[in-house]
Amino acid sequence: MNNKQRTVEHKSASSFLGAVGAIIWKDLAAELRSRELLSAMLVFALLVILIFNFALELDPLTRRVATPGILWATFAFAGTLGLNRSMAVEKDRGCLDGLLLAPVDRSAIYFGKTISNLAFMLIVEAIVLPVYSVLYTTNLFNPGLIVVILLGSVGYVAVGTLLSSMAVQTRTRDVLLPILLFPVVIPILIAAVKASSGFLQGLALTEVMPYINLLIVYDVIFTSVAYMVFDFVVEE
Amino acid sequence: MKPQPIFLKVLNVVSVLLFLATLSMVFLYAPLEATMNYVQKIFYLHIANAWVGMLGFIAAAAAGVIYLIKHDQKWDNIELAAVEISLVFFLIAIISGSIWARPSWGAYWTWEPRLTTAAILEMVYIAYLLLRQGIDDPDRRARFSAVYTIVGSISVPITFMSIRLFRTIHPVVIGTNSASSQGSFDMTSKMLATMFFALFTFSVIFVTLFWHRIRLGQLAQQVEQLKLEELQ
Repeated sequence: MNNKQRTVEHKSASSFLGAVGAIIWKDLAAELRSRELLSAMLVFALLVILIFNFALELDPLTRRVATPGILWATFAFAGTLGLNRSMAVEKDRGCLDGLLLAPVDRSAIYFGKTISNLAFMLIVEAIVLPVYSVLYTTNLFNPGLIVVILLGSVGYVAVGTLLSSMAVQTRTRDVLLPILLFPVVIPILIAAVKASSGFLQGLALTEVMPYINLLIVYDVIFTSVAYMVFDFVVEE
Repeated sequence: MKPQPIFLKVLNVVSVLLFLATLSMVFLYAPLEATMNYVQKIFYLHIANAWVGMLGFIAAAAAGVIYLIKHDQKWDNIELAAVEISLVFFLIAIISGSIWARPSWGAYWTWEPRLTTAAILEMVYIAYLLLRQGIDDPDRRARFSAVYTIVGSISVPITFMSIRLFRTIHPVVIGTNSASSQGSFDMTSKMLATMFFALFTFSVIFVTLFWHRIRLGQLAQQVEQLKLEELQ
């Protein structure tokens, strides 16, 4: 009896992880072949940086102050693009229905989509950082900055995946996601910009820690909340 | 539409009377403040509306949670009513606050924690209404609205705390020094009494409007049901 219980529990845990892994693999494989999502996000991010160049007169002093803000504004907008496309593809090709029919926990879909969205966002960020460094002669290879970008992206994508699952099922679709997402994601933007700025200016770790803590708290809270309510968003 | 219950009719009258009483207290009973004179009197309206707007926000979040647990459309109706009227109350609070801010702080708007959070809260309300507009299926609309109120109600307090953190660790000189202060002033007991009375009045007005809006929502739900039945 005990052995059987253990095997059943082990099976459900591994099938959950298996489902998550399968969804991530599906998204990454599809993206590797078509590259439509990444190219769109990347080109958009670079264009936004270009626009900022003209929008703000970026002399070296302003540049130092404005860099974190510009980076995060870029990531936020490009991230929205990625979230929209990622979910829209699921809906349009009927993949979402297929996933829902599969005998796995609904939250596996959530985690799978979130992790693949995170992967895309991180890839874009990994390309934008060196390009920005070169274009504006600012050294962005700061380990602290990379940690902040990681934490911020996790929180952004955690909430974004939940809200894009909702937005994609409405009439207004793509337009609705930024409207829903941005008010809710402001703590991440605040903390990420301040923490990035702190690391880039070489402030002491104790000064930057409150913002890092805020990011971690936000990530934990919203990943749990999204995990709990995701069922209600995709049920039929 | 069901006829108004007697209690609601009483509340209508009581709300109007209380409002008139508040106005008379504000203009006749409360003393003139030393530096700001008549401008300060808008403060009573501002605080009462802000408080009531916050109440509505909490009511909406609670209704959302209850809807997800019970799946009863009536809670969705309550949640929508709470959001809609809180939107208006909070807008009045923001506008009256701006009118007060101009003479006392020198600017209609500053980016201090409370104001910024208020603006974000309004945006969450408006996003909520836009979300509802985009969904036709009543059940899906109710579910998504409930989820969004929950997400919004958790993020707004976090936003407030993070903006406070943002402003205190790096003291930013915005313009005038008074912009960072809460613009508080010493209140005599008469002013306090007026303020609490105004708060009470607007709470009663909130309940009255809330009830009316819920009744309106019930009628709207009936109409929608009839429409769906006609189409079938």
